[in-house]
Amino acid sequence: MANLTIRNLKKVFEGIEIIKGIDLDIKDHEFVVFVGPSGCGKSTLLRLIAGLEEVTSGHIHLDDKEITDMAPAKRDLAMVFQTYALYPHMSVKKNMSFALDLAGVAKSEVESKVSEAARILELDHLLERKPKALSGGQRQRVAIGRAIVRQPKIFLFDEPLSNLDAALRVQMRLELARLHQELNATMIYVTHDQVEAMTLADKVVVLNGGNIEQVGSPLELYRHPVNQFVAGFIGTPKMAFLNAQVKASDAASVTVALDSGPVYTLPLDGRTVKVGDVVTFGVRPEHIQVADAGVSEFSVKLDVTEHLGADTYCYVKAPNGETLTVRASGDYMGRYGQEVSLVPELAHCHLFDAEGRAIPKPGAPAQAA
Amino acid sequence: MLSLKQTRHLRTVLIGSLAWLVALAIFFPIFWMLLTSFKTEIDAFTSPPQLFFAPTLENYIHIDERSDYFHYAWNSVVVSFGSTFIGMLLAVPAAYSMAFFETKRTKNTLLWMLSTKMLPPVGVLVPIYLLFKDFGLLDTKLGLVIIYTLINLPIMVWMVYTYFKEIPKDILEAARLDGATPGQEIYRVLLPIAKGGLASTILLSLILSWNEAFWSLNLTASGAAPLTALVASYSSPEGLFWAKLSAVSTLACAPILIFGWLSQKQLVRGLSFGAVK
Ligand SMILES: Nc1ncnc2c1ncn2[C@@H]1O[C@H](COP(=O)(O)OP(=O)(O)O)[C@@H](O)[C@H]1O
Ligand SMILES: [Mg+2]
Repeated sequence: MANLTIRNLKKVFEGIEIIKGIDLDIKDHEFVVFVGPSGCGKSTLLRLIAGLEEVTSGHIHLDDKEITDMAPAKRDLAMVFQTYALYPHMSVKKNMSFALDLAGVAKSEVESKVSEAARILELDHLLERKPKALSGGQRQRVAIGRAIVRQPKIFLFDEPLSNLDAALRVQMRLELARLHQELNATMIYVTHDQVEAMTLADKVVVLNGGNIEQVGSPLELYRHPVNQFVAGFIGTPKMAFLNAQVKASDAASVTVALDSGPVYTLPLDGRTVKVGDVVTFGVRPEHIQVADAGVSEFSVKLDVTEHLGADTYCYVKAPNGETLTVRASGDYMGRYGQEVSLVPELAHCHLFDAEGRAIPKPGAPAQAA
Repeated sequence: MLSLKQTRHLRTVLIGSLAWLVALAIFFPIFWMLLTSFKTEIDAFTSPPQLFFAPTLENYIHIDERSDYFHYAWNSVVVSFGSTFIGMLLAVPAAYSMAFFETKRTKNTLLWMLSTKMLPPVGVLVPIYLLFKDFGLLDTKLGLVIIYTLINLPIMVWMVYTYFKEIPKDILEAARLDGATPGQEIYRVLLPIAKGGLASTILLSLILSWNEAFWSLNLTASGAAPLTALVASYSSPEGLFWAKLSAVSTLACAPILIFGWLSQKQLVRGLSFGAVK
């Protein structure tokens, strides 16, 4: 069992509140990812959970035990650091067995646990080496091995892949996902990379400025971001934001006029806005099509196009100077400066009020402000 | 024009020669002292100085008759190792807390500690002398150990702090999560990683204590006098005897020179501050 409950957790560094009252529940076997821009407090939150930083106020419970002020080693958690933090003077084997040795576990048991972890991570042939003689990926695996042998209730990862090159990062990402299945473990993973968050998580926690912006599954965040920050943070290329004004609204639809010209009616619950309100219209590159000039009322100019093979990303400029990204098929050929028109899929478009809150879909439960 | 390879070669030769020159300049006095110690007092005074002469052991024999070399040598060993040992016992925890639990005042504290080294020792001679007299520490090895520890502590803390600073904090945090107590964290993780730096700190402290003369001359008579005091006793009112003075100086320097030479690899590695990575 590993249910982590965090209640109104705060952390103040030198008079500045870095973590501003976090409430969060993490369930057994979940893979939870903390994601957010750098400096938003992800590492601090993880370190508070680990016990490496002192909590300023609030509570952390693991199952029915309060661990808020408990020593790190007593919490039954293991952490994998961004820098790996291997003990440079110890062999791979010693690195992995250190915790067990300290705990006074019997030699034979240590031996079997280490070799089991080495087998899972394919480190068998490296056990006698010192960390210095390992590649980045191997060091990473030793760091994970060091956590595995302890069979902790929760694994904590702080940007474990950020020091690896791109190819290795993808491979290790898959290995982590596989490991999560194989160990059936509870994991908390910190990253600033929303792709890692989307691919690994059962549950994503989007942090910003020491607050939780939204908690949900990757698809929930992608489909129903509760605010403009989450909408802009999740998804690549980023969602485009265009200024607009409400022309009409009721419980099932909102009509807006974009500053760049077109007027659209979206299937949203418009009871929280009124005519004349300034709003932001959000649309992802994959939810908008490019068409020949004149096909729609939304006419724009093509800027640069990027051919990635399967897809082409077109950067376009609206008459009022606003820019947006559009995903087209791989064989789309547009000329720089060409006039084209855009056709958004209105069912997948978003509106955000002046405070950046998403205007909900009809029937969706009202979002807590 | 020289080719790139030639330029590089030339530079190597130039830098090499310069290094040799500096080394020779530093070594020359020691060499001359050694040479003089085997001369008769008359040869030692000849001008111009001779490079070739009939060597003699008479100076060493004289010293052996006049004073108990091993008494002084033993005192030197006890006070330098003793003060280094106690110094490290204090410097390691101090540097540990400064390096890994840094506060806004840490840097100032370090600077303040170092600044005590700028005070001329003679300025505090009288108060310290009186304190030593009151506590019965005059002419005791314990007294010297205490004073040497205090003199060298700022440098030791500073050096150890610098080495510790190079060690990523994460490694100690990992140990903490692995269940290490603060003691285990220091002895099983921190010290083994920093051992190169610690060795050179120890070495430096030994050398500084071994060579210290001001306090040993002023606070000891004969009972606890180390080798520096022995050397001083040969430049006495009877007039200067160069050859004997050279012989006794050679004897005073020899142990620490040999010790330093044996551990020079450690010293170079430590002083280049590349302890980890
Ligand atoms: N030990 C500390 N002392 C003072 N400020 C800190 C400390 N640790 C982190 N901070 C501050 O807290 C904020 C969040 O840091 P961090 O949790 O590391 O961000 P993230 O991991 O999301 O990039 C940063 O502004 C950082 O400067
Ligand atoms: Mg971080």
